Formats: sequence, structure tokens, C-alpha cells
Amino acid sequence: MAEFLNDWGLSLATFLPIIGAAVMLLIPKENEQLHKLIALATSVAVAVFGVLLLIQFIDNDDYGALNFVVDKSWIDVIDSRYIMGVDGISLPLMLLTMLIVPLCVIYSWNHFPEPRNPKAFLMLILILETGMIGTFAAQDLILFFVFFEVVLLPMYFMIGVWGGENRRYAAIKFFLFTLFGSALMLVSFLALYFLADPTMVAGELTRTFDMRLLPDAAAGIAKSSQVWVFGGMFLGFGIKVPMFPFHTWLPDAHTEAPTVGSVILAAVLLKLGTYGFVRIAIPILPEAAAEWAPFIGLLAVIGIIYGALGCLAQRDLKRLVAFSSVAHMGFVMLGIATLTDFGINAAVFGMVAHGLITGMLFFLAGSVKERYHTLDMTRLGGLLVQAPRMGWILGFCVMASLGLPGLAGFWGEFPAILASYNPAEVLAEETFRSYMVVAAVGTVLAAGYLLWMFQKTAFGNPKDEFANDPNVKDATFSEYLAWVPLLILILLLGVYPQLLFGATDPAVVNSLSECLESATSEACFDAAAGQ
Amino acid sequence: MFSFAPSLVGFVRPDIDWHAVAPELTLLGVGAVVTLLDIIFLERGRAYTSAMAGIGLLITLIPIVTLAAQGTTREMFGGAFVVDNFALVLKAMFIVVAYIVVLLSTNYIAEGDYWENEYYGLLLSAVLGMVLMASARDLITIFVALELLSIPAYLLAAWRKGDLKSNEAGLKYYLMGVFASAIMLYGMSLLFGLAGDTRLSEISVALSGGDAEPVAILGIIFVIVGFAFKVSGFPFHTWAPDTYEGAPTPVTAFLAVASKAAGFVALLQLVYAGFGSRDDVYEPLFWILAVGSMTAGNLMALRQKNIVRLMAYSGVSQAGFMLAPLAVIGAIGDEAVSAVVTYVLIYAAMNLGAFAVIITVARRTASGEISSYSGLFGYAPGLCVVMSLFMFSLAGIPPLGGWFAKFAVFRAVVEADTAWGYSLAAIAAVNSVIALFYYAKVARMMWFEAAPAQADMSALRIPPSLLAALGLTAAATLLFGIYPPAITHFTDGALIALSY
Repeated sequence: MAEFLNDWGLSLATFLPIIGAAVMLLIPKENEQLHKLIALATSVAVAVFGVLLLIQFIDNDDYGALNFVVDKSWIDVIDSRYIMGVDGISLPLMLLTMLIVPLCVIYSWNHFPEPRNPKAFLMLILILETGMIGTFAAQDLILFFVFFEVVLLPMYFMIGVWGGENRRYAAIKFFLFTLFGSALMLVSFLALYFLADPTMVAGELTRTFDMRLLPDAAAGIAKSSQVWVFGGMFLGFGIKVPMFPFHTWLPDAHTEAPTVGSVILAAVLLKLGTYGFVRIAIPILPEAAAEWAPFIGLLAVIGIIYGALGCLAQRDLKRLVAFSSVAHMGFVMLGIATLTDFGINAAVFGMVAHGLITGMLFFLAGSVKERYHTLDMTRLGGLLVQAPRMGWILGFCVMASLGLPGLAGFWGEFPAILASYNPAEVLAEETFRSYMVVAAVGTVLAAGYLLWMFQKTAFGNPKDEFANDPNVKDATFSEYLAWVPLLILILLLGVYPQLLFGATDPAVVNSLSECLESATSEACFDAAAGQ
Repeated sequence: MFSFAPSLVGFVRPDIDWHAVAPELTLLGVGAVVTLLDIIFLERGRAYTSAMAGIGLLITLIPIVTLAAQGTTREMFGGAFVVDNFALVLKAMFIVVAYIVVLLSTNYIAEGDYWENEYYGLLLSAVLGMVLMASARDLITIFVALELLSIPAYLLAAWRKGDLKSNEAGLKYYLMGVFASAIMLYGMSLLFGLAGDTRLSEISVALSGGDAEPVAILGIIFVIVGFAFKVSGFPFHTWAPDTYEGAPTPVTAFLAVASKAAGFVALLQLVYAGFGSRDDVYEPLFWILAVGSMTAGNLMALRQKNIVRLMAYSGVSQAGFMLAPLAVIGAIGDEAVSAVVTYVLIYAAMNLGAFAVIITVARRTASGEISSYSGLFGYAPGLCVVMSLFMFSLAGIPPLGGWFAKFAVFRAVVEADTAWGYSLAAIAAVNSVIALFYYAKVARMMWFEAAPAQADMSALRIPPSLLAALGLTAAATLLFGIYPPAITHFTDGALIALSY
């Protein structure tokens, strides 16, 4: 079993959803029940695989290194190989994906958005799952790029077909923004490929896209080129995160997307960007990262404040949660920009926490919309009176989102702020300490807009138009089924964060180059050139 | 008495390697048989011509495969006709493309009011010109091949005799084509004057000697401009939209794929084998052509309302991508050839597929307007999925074939490691985003928009030949994207380097 999991587990977990989607393709769309069952069975099977992989991962007891490595030839002509593997950074994100997808299938069981068509909807979700898991597992830049792009089409169709009023605009905006970034990212990957020193692969000196070898191979690249190459990646990943000022696609996409689409978008897709920074940009180009870090940190704190102010200006509940994503991802990016193991650990924790909490908030927004047929907060109110359980769940998530200690959100934000007090040696302390102050103000604003939102929707008495609406019921069985695992995890990670930090820390420490410890990036650069 | 004998019997027949010319001869034979069938059986022969043409094309693949199996490079006529891997890969592509065009034409021609037998005869002779082009390594052979493929194409474009638009298409194509030929011929004459030989290898030697004398520069520019018409590169693309729109749609598919590919084959041979050392002249020219084509093609495509015109402008933009590696060919040589051929092959699969869908949909809607695609998901979901496949493949979204084509181009221009190369890569990246907008517009119509109220919503019946064409192109598009070695196996730089 151990051997099977080590060799095949990861590839199977990645491609199982696609196989499920292929099976569904062959079944006529009238068999709705069967489609739902297949989708559920596939996604649950993937989740089971995830648990098995987790057990094996703990058993292998080497969190810092890549586990389950598969290395097969793929496109020989361009020296791109099929390399998969997960370590302590990617595993939590992969498991998050494997958890969210079956919950989404369960949630949509009885409420498919118009125009229904469960077959197409569920197939898209499964294709998305393959893309997301693959991105977290890929260890070859081209393979990463392919998986990174695979998620675009299903999401485009999901927003465009099942979305709200303004879906066409939102769908194409999402697609164009992301594609713009990833096209330049691809050029950067290619530049890296040609500029890095040839490396020994299988006894031959060749160029490589192997993410495991590139950190060493890229050390010899002239610093000016490194900065440009990093710039391309910055656009690719930064748009996906999304960082201010590239965030404008996010509120539109979230507002228009169907509930499940929003959940997947917030819980997983945004993490592809931050993961790219942690996994690719910083380990491979540490000196360039040091040059870019103050700028990234600046955009991150602008994002925190801007997102918070954006939230305060919203009337639409879903749009508010979308803007809060911009702010939360700002904390994640601030943690990354410190270039310390502490900050990056916080960032990975922040990604998972944000995935759980904001995913939950979007679920709730979807359920509110379904009951009230509006998300306009001026018309909502009295959720605690009409649907008390749902109201309290919303309250719980609001507390988690604003970073209340004891819940998961805290461990994403607080260490990120703390890390910017003491950034990597190469970075200017004063700059990051001022960022820290701004970010701290951001947490106050976060508490402000979240509590304001909670008051508007949950407190008081229901407005007249909904007071006797039979449509407004408390949470249903399928909703509980989809929410409870997330709520438990939010609490569990909040109480015992070591669960996650224990896994991420060795991997984060491994991924950071020693150069960042020295006082100037030049010193590190000279050392590499002298080799 | 014997003194004038040499002038009488002085002609010595050059050695002919019959195996090497077997593909051309087979095609010629099939073309003749199809034409004869028409003369002998008249009306009764109609039912068989398209099948004959299709089978004939598949038979032509046999000598190509046997030649490839032997793997030796063959030369004839003092190096004017060369059969190497490059030639074989492209010959095979032309034949397969022509086969798919025959599949597309079968119902279209049979159900229209057009006399059909000459159609296949002309199509086959155009293919003969393309197959010949893949082996041509001297100016005269290139010119003969070009005219052999162009003249039937002029006739085919005007095939719908009663239709004014089709007449306009044919006439425009003819006038522009002849004009381009004349410019090219003038350029060729200058090159010949310089080198004293028509073979590309000799021209290469002559060009590498001198510095920038105006004759050489003019010759190179004129020849390249001539072929820029053929591949519909900006600013020589103006014939394309009108011709594409007016011509019968299968012919449009043929022009957009095969004829364009033939232009690129000729350009590759001329630049790689002939102009060799003069990268100072042709590289800036190709840089401008590439950037102009991809940008202008894209911007004009954004405004199109007719699907065929959209494909015409998208073809201009795609030509820009294919021209890009030529702008750095001096630095990277074989790799640029490999990138262009990779792009051409993948482009052939996805573009033919898109035209197959256009023809199929037009059978129901009888319209070329993009808005007529609204609600396609309702009555032809399978077709809708396949069309989305082709559209997003053309846009270069993984894991569909187009991504690898774009990737090959990016790789080539970045590999050159020059400011020109990097700037071209950045411009191409921006352009691939613009292109997505109009490709997605078609997808949006099909998926997001409801069908017009009075539309016929019964399931769409697709004739078997179109179904086969759709299946082949869709399978190829997916395969090339998911498993790129399926294509790089044939287009590897070292394998496909031209011999001359």
C-alpha cells in the first residue's frame, strides 16, 4: 500500500476527477440523479485518496522534502517532464481542494442555479478539481503552467452560464485578466529555462523546467535579468491573487458567479497565485525577490486598506465578501513579502484559513440569496430571528474572518503582521515596520466592516417584505452536511495551529535560500557567481 | 557530320529517382482519373468523384510513408528538388489537409448548384502544387509550384458562379495574387542576376559574400513581400476577408490552411536555405510583419460580425505568430523552422475543425453571422463543445493543441536571447490575450445566449463526412495539447532541418 501510494497516489488523485467527468460525458443528461451520484462518488474518492496520502505523508515523516515524487518523460524536445510531488506547503492546499469540492457537490445537490443542467455543471467542477490539484502537485514549470490554465475554462463557463445578471462581462473579465498574467508568466518561465545554467538530468547536461533543480541552476543569472524574469511571474501570480491594482476582476467574478463557483474561486483559485510566489518565484529567484519585496509589501498593505474601504462601501453582501478577500489576500502577500520563514508560514496558514472561512461566507451568502432573492443589505435583516442557526453560523464565520483569536483566521493575520516587524535581513526594517502599522489598522477596519455586515443582515427584525415569507427557512440538511466540516476545521486550526504549522514549517525553511539571511542580496549573488 | 550532333542529342535526361517523385506522380494520376471520369461518364460520374478524390489522396500517403521509412535524403535536378524530412512532414500534412477539405466539400458541393467534377480535379492540382512546394529548393521550382497551387485556387474561390460575392472573391484573389507573383518574380530575377543560378544553395553563397548591396536587399524584400501576400500577413492581407467570405466555405478552409501553409513552406525554404547569412535584411522585416500582423489582425477581428470574416482576421493574427520565429531565425536556425512547422501543423488541425463546425452550422442557419450561433448549446451541444474546443485552442488555452503551438513560438523567440526576441515575446503575449476576446465571443454566443424565438430547435443532423472531419480534427487538437510529443516527434529541430 505504501509503495502504491508513493508511486501512483498523486497521479491518481489528480486525474480521478477527469475520469469521473469522462464517464459522465457518456451518460445522457436526463439521468440527473446518476450524474450527481457519480460526481459525489468521484470527489469523495479523491478526498479519501487525500486522507490516505496524508496518512502516508505523516508516515514518511519528511515534511520538508517532496513526497510521492513521480518523474516521467513528457515532452522531451523541450526538456519538460511529468514531475509531481507534494511537500508541507502544497499538501495542506491540496487537501483543502479535495475537501471543498465534495462539499460543493453536496451543497448544490438540491439547488442547481439556473439553467440547471447538473451534468455540465458537475463536469466543470470535476475538471476544475483536476486543474487545482495538479497545480499544487506539479513540480515542472510547464506542467504547472498547463494545470494553472486548465482551471480557466471551467470557471469561465461556470460564471458565464450559471452566473447572475452581469455574467457575460464578469466571465470574460476574469478570463482576460488571468490570461494576460499567465501569458507573461510563460515568457518568464521560458527566459528562466534559457538563462539558467544547464543541469545534470539523468546523466546528461541539459536545460530544465524542473522546479527542484532550478533554484541552484538559476543562481548564476545576472541580477538585472532576474529582476525582469521575476516581474513576469509577479504579473502572472499577482493577478491571480489578486493584488491591488489587479484586483478589479475579483468583485465582478464573485458577485456574478454561482455560489459554488464563488466558493471554489475564493477557497482555492486565489491560492494558486500566492502558492506560485511561495513555490516558484521566491525559491528560484531569491535575489530578485529581495528587490521586489518592498514593492510587493506596499501593494499588499494598499490592498488591505483598499479592500477594507471597498467593503465599507458595499450594499451587496457577496460583493462585500469579495472585497474582504482582497484585504485578506493582502495579509497573505505581506507575510510572503517579508521573505522570512515565519512570514511565509503565516502566509500558507492564511491561505488555508481564508479558504475555509471565505468559502464558508460565500456558502452563506448563496443561501441568503436563495432565501431572500436579494443580497442587498439594506433590505436584509433579522436573520437571527428568522433562521437562528444560520444566523449564528454567519456570526461564527464573521468572527473567524475578522481574526478573533481561537479561530483559524487569527493565525493567518497575526503572524503576518508580526513577521513584518522583523523582515529578512536583506530588507529594510523601517519600510516593513511601517507596513506593519498600516496592516494593523487594516485589522481594525476588518472588524468594522464584518461586524457592520453582521449587524445589517442578522440583527434587528426582518423587513416587512420578508417578515412572513415562507421561503425563509433555517439551514437544511445538505447545507449542514456541506458546512459542518468547514466549521470544525476553522475551530480546530484556531485552537491547535501547530497542526498546520508543523507541516508547513520544514518545507518553508527548505524553500528559502540562505541569501536572504545575509545583510545584502549582493553578497549572496557574489557567492553564487563565485562558485 | 558529328559536329552538330550534340546540339540535337545534347539533351541528356537527368536521372529521375522515381520513388522520390512518387507522391507527385500519384497525385497527378488521381487528378487525371477524376477529370477523365467526368468526361466519360458525365452526370453518372458525379456520385463517385468525391470518394475517388479522397481515396486517391490517401493512396498518395503510401509513397510518403515508404520514403519516410527509408529516411534518406534524396536530391534531384542538381539539388532543385529535395526530399528530406522537412519535405515529407509537410507533404503528409498537405495531403491530410486536402483529405479533410474533401470531406468538408462532399455535401457542400453535392447539395449546391455547382458542377462538381472539375472541383475535385482543380483541388487535386492545387494540392499537387503544395506537395511540390515542400520539395522545391530553387527559384523556378518554387515559382512553378506556387502558380500550380494558386491558379486552381483562383478558380475555386469563384466557384459559386451565380453569386456576386463569390465572383468578387475570385477576382480579388486573382488580381492580388497575380500582383504579388509579379513582385516576387521581380525579386527572384534580381537574386538570379546576383547569383547567376536559381538554386537556393548557390544564392546563399552569392549573398553571403558581398555587403549590403541594394540589389540583394531589394531582391530579398520583394520575394518576402510576395509571399507575405500568400500567407496574408499585414499589410498585405486585404484580399483575405473578402475572398474568405465570398468563396465556398470548404474552399475558404483550404485557402486558410493549406494555401497559407504553402506560403510558409516557401518562406522557410527561401530564408533558411537561400538568404541564410543576410539576417540583417530579413529579420527586421519579419519582425515588423509579425508584430503588424498579430496586432492589426487582432484589432480588426474584434469588430467582426461575420464568422468567416472573423476567421480571416484571426488568420492574419495567427500568421503573425507563425512569422515571429522567422524574425530570429538567424540566431537559432533549425529551432525556428521547427517552431513554424509545429505551429502550422497544429493550426491546420484546429482551423480546419473550426471551418468544419462553420459549415455544419450553416447547414441549419444558412447564415455566417456570429449572432446566428446563439443558442447552439440548445440544439447541438456536442457541436458546441467541439467548437469551443477549436476556439479556445486557437486562443492558445491549455490543454488544447493551440497552447503548444504558441509555446513553440515563445520558446523560439526567447531562445534567441536578444532584445528584439524578448520584445516580440512580450508583444505576442499581449496579443494572445486580445485574441481570446473574440474567440470567447463565439463561445459566449453558443453557450450564454438564448436562441432566437422562432429558431428550429430540433436536433441537428450531421452528415457522416462532416462528422468524420469533425472527429479527426477534434481528436488531433486534443492529442497535440495533452501529449505534445505526438507532434514534436515530427517537428524536432534536428530532424526537420532543411537540406539544400
